[in-house]
Order: sequence, then structure tokens, then C-alpha cells
Amino acid sequence: MTTENITWLLPLPPVLAFFLIVLLTNRSRWLSHTLAIGAVLLSFVGSMVVFFRAIGTEHLGEHPITSAVNWFPTGSEWFRIGIWVDPFTAVSLFFVAWTVLMIFIYSVGYHNYGQPKGDHDVPGLPPHGATIKDEHGHEHRVPSIEPMYSRFFAFISLFAFGMYTLVVSDNLLTLFVGWEIMGLCSYLLIGFWYAKTTARAAMIKAFLTTRVGDVFMLLGLAYLYFKVGSLSYEVIFAPETIQRLAELPSVIVGLSAAALIGILIFIGTVGKSAQFPLHVWLPDAMEGPTPVSAMIHAATMVSAGVYLVIRFFPILSAGMEHDSLTPPMLAMAVIGAFTAIFSATIALTQKDIKRVLAYSTISQLGYMVAALGIGAYVAAAFHLITHAFFKALLFLGSGSVIHGMEHGVMHTGEHIDPQDMTNMGGLRKKMPITFWTFLIGGLALSGFPLVTAGFWSKDEILADAFGHGHWAVFLTLALAAFLTAFYTMRQISLSFLGEPRTGAAEHAVESRWTMTFPLAVLAVFAVAAGWVGIPEHFPVVGGLIPNWFHEFVGGTLAEHPETVAFNWIPLLTSLVVALGGLYLGWLVYRGVHAGQADPLQRPLGPVYTVLFRKYYFDELYDLLFVRPAIWLSETFAYLWLDRGLIDGTLHLVARAAFSVGGYLRNWIDKPIVNGFGDFVGESVKSLGRTLRFIQTGRVQQYMVMALVIAFGTLFYYLFFLAQP
Amino acid sequence: MIPLSYFLVFAAALFSIGLYGVLARKNAVAILMGVELILNAVLVNVLAFWRYRTPDKLDGQAFAVMVFAVAAAEVAVGLALFISIYRRRNTIAADEIDLLKW
Repeated sequence: MTTENITWLLPLPPVLAFFLIVLLTNRSRWLSHTLAIGAVLLSFVGSMVVFFRAIGTEHLGEHPITSAVNWFPTGSEWFRIGIWVDPFTAVSLFFVAWTVLMIFIYSVGYHNYGQPKGDHDVPGLPPHGATIKDEHGHEHRVPSIEPMYSRFFAFISLFAFGMYTLVVSDNLLTLFVGWEIMGLCSYLLIGFWYAKTTARAAMIKAFLTTRVGDVFMLLGLAYLYFKVGSLSYEVIFAPETIQRLAELPSVIVGLSAAALIGILIFIGTVGKSAQFPLHVWLPDAMEGPTPVSAMIHAATMVSAGVYLVIRFFPILSAGMEHDSLTPPMLAMAVIGAFTAIFSATIALTQKDIKRVLAYSTISQLGYMVAALGIGAYVAAAFHLITHAFFKALLFLGSGSVIHGMEHGVMHTGEHIDPQDMTNMGGLRKKMPITFWTFLIGGLALSGFPLVTAGFWSKDEILADAFGHGHWAVFLTLALAAFLTAFYTMRQISLSFLGEPRTGAAEHAVESRWTMTFPLAVLAVFAVAAGWVGIPEHFPVVGGLIPNWFHEFVGGTLAEHPETVAFNWIPLLTSLVVALGGLYLGWLVYRGVHAGQADPLQRPLGPVYTVLFRKYYFDELYDLLFVRPAIWLSETFAYLWLDRGLIDGTLHLVARAAFSVGGYLRNWIDKPIVNGFGDFVGESVKSLGRTLRFIQTGRVQQYMVMALVIAFGTLFYYLFFLAQP
Repeated sequence: MIPLSYFLVFAAALFSIGLYGVLARKNAVAILMGVELILNAVLVNVLAFWRYRTPDKLDGQAFAVMVFAVAAAEVAVGLALFISIYRRRNTIAADEIDLLKW
């Protein structure tokens, strides 16, 4: 098959799997997960073929592999949809295919496939465990299978479809379609355990918050279409289009059309990639099952936001002169850097193992956005990919930890939160594979020098920031990197090192191979993915492997980006912050024992509380948006508008009609119509009353009467009528 | 030969007596007898007119026989009704039989 045809087919298997599971096989768990995994395996194989063919193509950046068909007519033209494989698509396909496949395999184990049905599990709640008897008659509590097992695979298949569509599409409309499908799926999956109130609240929060961004993004797309007349990459990223957009003034004074479109599209990314101030939904999204968190935070949804701005970079940077940033880039640099440091500080204090990772994700996404904001295109793409691998690894690892802890909780019967890191400790001996892979992921996240992927991508961002003289961004990101290393080590120390702090941690067990195998695979990438992008002038190791990533992905842009000259300062900075953060984290958290407060709590004092409560952003938004919205609907719209104005008007009309009716009744109906009817009836009655006296019932009186009348008639006849 | 007017005066007297009986007597049987007298007065008229006006035709006689038969049947029905009323109400006084009123 040609590469074009394979690319066309990439999104197809997951969506077919979705429909098959929903319509036919949802009763059979085995069929459902086989279908789903088989489908993403097909897409995976296809993606690999496309990827390897793409990297073997000369000048792919200038001549991407594309193919398009007419979709619907727009006036005299056609709106075309199609596929577009340039170097950036190729590397995105690579990381999406791998992480998605691993997450699918992991889900089989995570949802306890092969375990018995729960004693009283209900759909909509996480499985509570089953009681079984062994051959000696002892009763054991074991994990039970997820009640809505097939449903989960259907949803994540649709999710995978959305991401593949987004990556391979050649225009912004189908990209937006994939984007929204993922928005829907994240809503469905965050609320997968819909019987939990918190999950319901989280799903609505996620959907509404991302919707804010999406509306602006759609406005941006509409404005772009209005100005250019097309949404195809081929047209909108053509140098002459960008030139024209950069010179065209927009409706807002002082901004070019390109800048306005760029800012609007960037707001879409702010929502999707959970950047400040729309970051609030992502930590709450942890209510979903852990594979979902990995799907959303690593492989797909939040990556999609960064994917979009990287894809959009030519327009975002339209009109850039040397090192002066365009307005959208400035916005990205500021928001990205701020988000990076802001959420890193929150992550310092969180206790839930998944929430720490959630804030870390927000922070790392801020990194990428800031990198793009200062023009470090390749570094942003590089960090997107390495981050996808190691963050998927970390999320799946945390799921494995939670699983092990839940096992321990079932064994001991304690009432503790299995996700709270203060309840863990010493898990390295109980869960060795999870520990080592988690350690690799954590080191990659903190940027442990030389070996891990995170080091190379972060270092590149810092080097870029330094090399182009963006001091503020450089310092902020360096500080964020330090905090990242610190909270990562805090997380590892609290959960894996030291001694078990609860009975549950003591009885935790290693997860099964369907969960540990994906961890191992992702751990390999968390290390090896960095080797493709080692700068050539790096001391000692530079040049051993050519800086393939920069060459390849850099080719996506019309102007090939320059590599920054090597400088010792950013390198030393990243070494110091990574190692220093890790060491400090280990130093502070190595000896935490059961029941002890967080060692940071005393020195930080009230600041700790502020961080722990996430800068009170939830409360602030509650005050600013939720309460006014409720006031608007309940008091203003319902009580004042609906009950007061509309109902009042209706009541007024009704009262008027009522009184008109009353007048008609009293002055016309009653006296005239009724009066006439009554008069007829009454007069007939009184006539009858008068006449009835002659009806005595006595036969002789009747005869007298008959005689009188007969004589009367005869008399009348003879004397008046029969006159001769 | 006796002139026709004699018969007519006699019939009128008979009719008046019968009418008086019907209107003035209380006893239902007496009323019935009054009705018979009226019928007979009419019969006398019919026969007298037949004999004096069209003696060559049978119509008058046939008519008179028919009226006899009807009168006899009527008396039978009337007396049966009276017996039935007497059994139910223990009276045959005409002014007490007044169910058919307002």
C-alpha cells in the first residue's frame, strides 16, 4: 500500500472497534478488549510503517506526503479533507501509537481482567473486591473486575480515534473534529465512575473549562477561514499567505490578523492543555480510572493542545523579526512560564500521588508552551514527545502503585486512601518493577543528566531561552525545573523509599504483567527517546549520535531553525537544578514516618496552606463564575425574569382577560342570554301551572268540559259560520 | 202513522237522561248505564231515520246491529275494569278514581 493510503486508514480501526463494542460485543469482555487492542495494534503497525517511510523520505518538510478529497461544497469551491504527513506528524504518530498501545494493554490489567465478579459491585462505582475461598476454606478478599469493562474499552477506542484523526488531518477543521471528539471522550471517561459525586463534578468541570478555550479557538478558525478562505495546511502555511496575514490589520488595533488568529487559537490550547488560567480542570480529572489519566495527560488530549500550537507556529510567529517576539508568542511565553512555575509550586504540597503528577503535567505543558513562545520550535516538539513517554510511564506507574495499595487495603481492611502518598512508603521491595520504572520516569521528569530523555529536551529549552536572551523565561523555567526535581523526589521518597507507614503498604503486591509490561516498554522510551536529540556541540557525548531530531523536525518549517550555540551556563544550570532538586527532595523526605506532618509545612507556614489549597483557585472561580452563574440562573433568570417579569406579564394578561370575561358574564350572558332562556322556561312552567288545575283526574269533569266545548263549537258554527 | 218527530223527541229525551246519568251519578256502574242510554238514544235516531227516509235499503239496520254489538262489548270491558278497580281501591265512585291528574 502507498503511504497515503495507510495514513488514511490509521484512524479507522479504533472507531470501528468503538462501534463494534458498543453495538455487538459489549457483553463479552474478552471480545471487547481483544477488539480494542487489536484495533490500536493495527493503527500502531500502520503508524510505524508511515513513520519509517517518512523518515526515509528526502525533503519531507518541503514536500509532505499529502492526499485530499472534496468533502463539501462551499459556494463555488470545495472544502477538502485529507491527510498530511510532514516530519512533525511523523514523530507525533510515533509517540501517539506507542503510548496509546501501551495504555490499552495496561487497561486490561488495571481493570482486573480475569478476576471474579465483585460481591456488591455496581456499574458506576470502582470495583470493591470479591471474597473467595481457597482449598483450605480460608476466605480472601481479592480485587474484582470492573463492572463496566467493555464500556471502558469502547470509550478509549473512540479517544484513540480522535487523536489519530487530529494528528493525520491536513486541515484545521478535521483537527478540530478530532479535538472535540477527545473533549467528549475525556468527559465520558473522567466521569466513568459516574455514581461518585466528585467524578460527576469533575467531568462537568473539565468539559465546561475546555469549552471556554474551544469557543475562542473556533472563533480563531472562523476568522482565519474568513481571511484566507481555506483551512488546509497547504494553503494557510504557505509563505505568501503568512506574509499577507502578517501585514493585514485585524479588527483590534495594533494586532495583525495573524496575531489575532494566533492568540485565539492559543486560547484553545490554554483550555485543552490546562494552562493558567484554565488549568483547574486537569487535577480534578484524576477522578477517572488511571489509564484515562495517562491517556488524557500524556498521550492524547493535553498533547493535542501543544500539538496545535506547534503545528500553528508559522502563523503564531508570522512577522517575527529576529529575536523580537510577536504578540501571540509573547502571550505564550508569559503564560507558559508562569504556568510552569505556578503549578510546580502547587505540586510540592499535594498528597494524592496522581494529583502531584497532574500538576506536574500542567507545569511541563507550560514548559512546552513557553519554549514555543520564545521560538524554540524543535525543543518544544522534542519535549512534547519525551514528556508523553515519561508522563505516560509515571501515570501508569502511579496506577500500579494504587493497585498494589488497594490490594494491601483489601488484605488489612484498613480505611485509608490508597492514593495518599503519606500512607505509602517502602514500596520498592514490594513492587520492584513498578519502583524501577517509576524511578526512571521520575528521573526523566526531573531531567536527570545525560541518561534520561527529559534532560535533553529540557536542556534544549533552557539553552534556547538562554541563547536568545530571554532571561525572564530562562530563570523562571530553571526555577520550575528545580521544583520539579524536588517534588518528583518527594513523591518517590514518600511512596517507594523508607519503611512502610501503614499495614496496607506492607501488604502491597506487584501488579500483573499486563500492567508491568507497558511500564517496562515506556521506561525504555523515557530513556532512549532523548538520544535522538543530543546537541552536536555537547561536551563528550555530543556528536556520537547525530542530532537527528533537530534536522528532521526542524525541516517542517519553511526556514530551517538554527541550533543555538553551545554554552556552559544553561548546561550547568540544568545540572544544578536537576541534581540539587533531587538531592534536596531526598534529604527532606527520606525519613518521614507514619503520622508525621509534611516536613515543608513548618518552614513554609501559611504559604504551605495556600499551596495546598492550590492558591484558592477553585474557591476563586467558585466566587467569580460558579456563584454568579447560579445567581444568574436561580435568582435573576428564575425569580426575577421568569417568575417576576414573564409570569407577571402572563398573570396580568390573565387577570385582564378574567375581568373582561366577568363583565361579559354579568352584563350580557347572565341578563340577556340566561334571562331569555329562563323566561321561556319559566313562562312555559307557569302556563303549565295555571292549566294543570283543569286536569283533575275526574272523568266526569272532563266530560262536562268536552260537552261545554262541543256545545260552544256548535253554537259558534251555527250562529257565526253557518249563516245563510 | 206516528210522525218522525215523535221518535226524535223521544230519542232526545233518552239522550238527555243518559247524559245526566253520565255527568251527575257517582257510581261508575250508573255512569256506564248512562252511556248505554246515550247509545240507545242514538240507535233510536238511526232506526227512525232509516224507516222514514230510506226504508228500501239495509244500511240502517246493519248499522244498528253493529252498534248493539259494540255496546255489548263495551259494557263487558267496562265492567271488567270496574271490578279490577274495585279490587285494588275498594271503591267504584267516579270522583275518587282520580289518579290521572297533575
